[in-house]
Amino acid sequence: MKTPVTSRWPRFALRRAGRLLVSLWVLVTASFLMIHLVPGDPVRAALGPTAPADLVLAHKEELGLLDPLWQQYAAFLGRLFSGELGASISTRLPVGETIAQRLPATAELAVAAFLLSVAVAVPVGVVMAVITRRGRGRRAELAFTGTNVVIGAIPDFLLGVGLVYLLAVQTHVFPVAGREGPSSYVLPVLALAIGPAAVLSRIVRVEMLAVMEADYIRTARAKRLTNLRVYAVHALPNAVTATLTIGGLLLSSLVAGTVLVENVFAWPGLGSSIVTSIVAKDYPLVQGTVLVYGVGVLLINTLVDVVLALLDPRSAIGES
Amino acid sequence: MSVLSFHEVSVRYGAHTVLNGVSLEVPAGRTVGLVGESGCGKSTLARAAVGLAPVTGGHILLDGRPVPNRGRRPVQMVFQDPYSSLDPRMTVGESIAEALPERLPKKARQAEIARLLALVHLDAARAGDLPGRLSGGQRQRVALARALAARPEVILADEITSALDVSVQGAVLNLIRDMRRDLGLSMLFISHDLAVVRYVADHVAVLHDGEIVEQGPTARVLGDPRHDYTRHLLAAALPLKEQT
Amino acid sequence: MRPVGVAGLGLLGAVVFVAAFGPVLWGDQATVVDTGNLLAGPSAQHWIGTDNLGRDLFARVLVAARLSILLALAATAISLVLGIVLGAAPVLVGRRTGRFITSAVNVLVAFPGLLLVLFFAVVFGVGARGAALAVGLAGAPAFARLCHTLVAAVSERDYIAAARIAGVSRIRILLRHVLPNIAEPLVVNATMAAGGVLLTFAGLSFLGLGVQAPDYDWGKLMQDGLNGIYVHPLAALGPGIAVVLAGLAFNLTGEAFAAAPGRVRPLGPARGPSVRTAPVPGAVLSVDDLRVTMPGPVHAVRGVTFTVGEGEAVGLVGESGSGKSVTALAVAGLLEPPVRVEANHLVVAGEEDHRRLGTSLAVVFQDPMTSFNPAHRVGPQLAEVSRFHQGMSRRTAFARAVDRLRAVRIREPERRARQYPFEFSGGMRQRAMIGMGLMGNPRLIVADEPTTALDVTVQRQVLELLAEVRRETGAALLLISHDVSVVTDVCDRVLVMYAGRVVEELPAGDLRARARHPYTRALVAAVPDLETDLDRPLAVIPGLPVDPMSAPAGCAFAPRCPLADDHCRAVAPPLLAGVACHKTAEVRV
Repeated sequence: MKTPVTSRWPRFALRRAGRLLVSLWVLVTASFLMIHLVPGDPVRAALGPTAPADLVLAHKEELGLLDPLWQQYAAFLGRLFSGELGASISTRLPVGETIAQRLPATAELAVAAFLLSVAVAVPVGVVMAVITRRGRGRRAELAFTGTNVVIGAIPDFLLGVGLVYLLAVQTHVFPVAGREGPSSYVLPVLALAIGPAAVLSRIVRVEMLAVMEADYIRTARAKRLTNLRVYAVHALPNAVTATLTIGGLLLSSLVAGTVLVENVFAWPGLGSSIVTSIVAKDYPLVQGTVLVYGVGVLLINTLVDVVLALLDPRSAIGES
Repeated sequence: MSVLSFHEVSVRYGAHTVLNGVSLEVPAGRTVGLVGESGCGKSTLARAAVGLAPVTGGHILLDGRPVPNRGRRPVQMVFQDPYSSLDPRMTVGESIAEALPERLPKKARQAEIARLLALVHLDAARAGDLPGRLSGGQRQRVALARALAARPEVILADEITSALDVSVQGAVLNLIRDMRRDLGLSMLFISHDLAVVRYVADHVAVLHDGEIVEQGPTARVLGDPRHDYTRHLLAAALPLKEQT
Repeated sequence: MRPVGVAGLGLLGAVVFVAAFGPVLWGDQATVVDTGNLLAGPSAQHWIGTDNLGRDLFARVLVAARLSILLALAATAISLVLGIVLGAAPVLVGRRTGRFITSAVNVLVAFPGLLLVLFFAVVFGVGARGAALAVGLAGAPAFARLCHTLVAAVSERDYIAAARIAGVSRIRILLRHVLPNIAEPLVVNATMAAGGVLLTFAGLSFLGLGVQAPDYDWGKLMQDGLNGIYVHPLAALGPGIAVVLAGLAFNLTGEAFAAAPGRVRPLGPARGPSVRTAPVPGAVLSVDDLRVTMPGPVHAVRGVTFTVGEGEAVGLVGESGSGKSVTALAVAGLLEPPVRVEANHLVVAGEEDHRRLGTSLAVVFQDPMTSFNPAHRVGPQLAEVSRFHQGMSRRTAFARAVDRLRAVRIREPERRARQYPFEFSGGMRQRAMIGMGLMGNPRLIVADEPTTALDVTVQRQVLELLAEVRRETGAALLLISHDVSVVTDVCDRVLVMYAGRVVEELPAGDLRARARHPYTRALVAAVPDLETDLDRPLAVIPGLPVDPMSAPAGCAFAPRCPLADDHCRAVAPPLLAGVACHKTAEVRV
């Protein structure tokens, strides 16, 4: 309490940056080791048992797999710093190029679904909390939790399949697959957003319920303010912290969730390419894609932490 | 009967000093009261003596030797919050039995538990109860019985009555006085309440901002305080109307 | 058990049954190749049609249950065991190693599960075993985090410290104290996680990374069905429905266990007041036969009648559970349904409707650390009162707030008003809270244990401030406290509450020496002060406070009272001439 809040900022920044660096290092090292952890001979596995031995050897040479491990690691790090991700085994195209081509489609999907789920979940969660506070509105609560649990049990790709069947196959309202024009975004975004929206609305409600029991809400009511003011001005800001934390986790899981939905809708993003490259054992491409996904997730987490610190200087910066 | 002594004990967490060179002796068979306001380091001193807080300077000695920090400890502690000090999933008897220094056959163990419960004025039938069925005062008495089960030389009582209702507090304080008289235990009795400390302690030490500002026989310290802070505390404990 | 729980357990039972006996019962049917019925639609013979070899899809869905469930359980078990080991490690290993493990888990937890699954799927290769390992390992960080949080919460409890001091070994502490106390939330979470894992598996097989032909689970069936979704939607949706039902079974069961305790029956509707009575004229607060019931039902206040005159200071003393704080909250109009408040009348400053009180009632709460909104600065929280009730502009209201902070002797009020509550000490917050009450012109201040959470020296300042405020504003005070000395210091008149009733009402000066109720006398005698005789044991009140769930018929204090007889136990004494006791004649004053 004695040290002013402002002087804690550099320490917070230092600590947060440190964590980001460590996480990045873990990510990079893990993706480097991935290819070495594969049992057996990865290149042989990728090229198939019929590939001639000298071709396998040539590929190994090219991937640097014949050098000592530390040398490979150093070379890998060196290439990463110069933005070089290697070339795909199957297409021979540079991995960086493939990813750059496909990343925007995935990012659009994830961001749109995130915005949609937040826009739906926060109002729904707040209203449900107000309706069901202190054990009121039993039926509303049952309906809400019931819907929530059911939605939570439906995987997003199945939602995708269901949506395709209902709105594309049966009624032809939206296209079945592909990424052409705004209407092609509707179904994938919906499929991706509904589950997280349910989770988030539930968190918002629980947080609001907890906040509404707090002493300072009693203080606000002792001032005899209107209910709307008590909930909107006094309760909501205090429920935002947890909501944002969960929101950040959701956004990163949305990034990963695109993998499945992209496969349902034949969306030309990273998700469909990572699956085909895993099946085809195209390790350089898998490695690059995992790296890009991971970096995206880490950046989102860092961003959320910074926003949290700005909103609530006490808890975020004071944390050890 | 043993002497617990603190020699220039300091406890620091990072840059934050909680205790700064505290020296204090709990003589054999005596009760020493430790008073001070919240955050002054009272609890930390007790926790340091049983190895729950890291000592960064000085020594804590029991009869001239370091207090053992492994196995059965001859210094036992009773905590403030009666709702956190007993495992909700263990019966009263199990909690007490866990602190017994040696493994006894079932019969002897039950007899020992009954004896300890009787010491704290609880019915032996309570041994089978879970803590959820006990009141706050009863829980504190079980906590005392558990501390006694370890056959301690010294007991540290950390604000053991402050979470209790007044009608229950008296019974626990009487018990503390009985225990000193009958068992001859040495005790460090920590409290923020001067009247309570006056009632149970032979000596009083006043802790302020991690340092002991005054200590001596209870009657002297409370009757003729020499440090400003002690006077300040005493003034706050007197009724408002008698002051002006 | 609520209907949701019953539904969940029933569903889970059905799923387990199908998983256990499905391959036995329908195994043959699922492998019969019917070349006349390739990729057929639903029919009486094949409920959801057949696949490209003419095998009955419904039977295949039922048979696939075993593999799907087993894989999900195996992966959950891997996550759970690894999670517990990693999460509980800090208890077992030293502080430094523990911290390293914790931060490693924190780094891993930041990556979404599916990404980890894909990573491990690459390492372990495509296939059922690889997928189970991948999903299991990927789920471990989340479990480790959960387990760590739970363990940390339990480790802070004093009984762990007591066990350590008693010489109990670390492993034994983990097994005897920590694990049993975190088992319940862990099991609940594991159940729900199993539901999630089931979905992840379906996803993996659907992507072609999980179960490989000729084996099949629900995800694989969905993958096979998706190609024909135009002509034959049920082939994809059927296994999908199976996944959803099984996921629901796990989730609902988990939900039911998580929410099992703490449900109380709601109260019936409030009976209208039997009698309407008029408030006592000239009183700033007049309460007649106040009864407060909480769900349970807990009869917290059982008929309390009293008044507070203009400018008078009245104290309300009692132990925890006596109903004193609930009375204060009822007076302040801060109890909401499902708590039921009834009274023949409850009139504050001439108003029966609390919403129309404006600023004539001020409230000070017990815990100054939690009574300010942490998200807003202190000044605007005070100013809000004047902006809302007195229509002041933001600027004038803020100026008023600064002025009021100065009035409650907060130094540098302009700077302090712009600070957040966490930058205030406890005593300062309590003074600011009193300042908040002074934004208007209070005629009554209700103070609920305003000094209990404060240090003795700070208590004194707050009590003095309350007295000063009363002198300057002429406001009346209703002071609630468990501390007899605080009440005698500040108040003119004292009400003593026991088990939801007022047992005695007397001038504050008479409390120590001239109380007539046995409870009041025992309460005063039980508290040592600086003059207590050191040679005699303290007076104690035998027995336990009443259980508010079971309101006694007679005098509530009778079981603990040395004077009580059968009449006391049968008939509740009314409050007559300031005391509610049948035995006042026997109490020597």
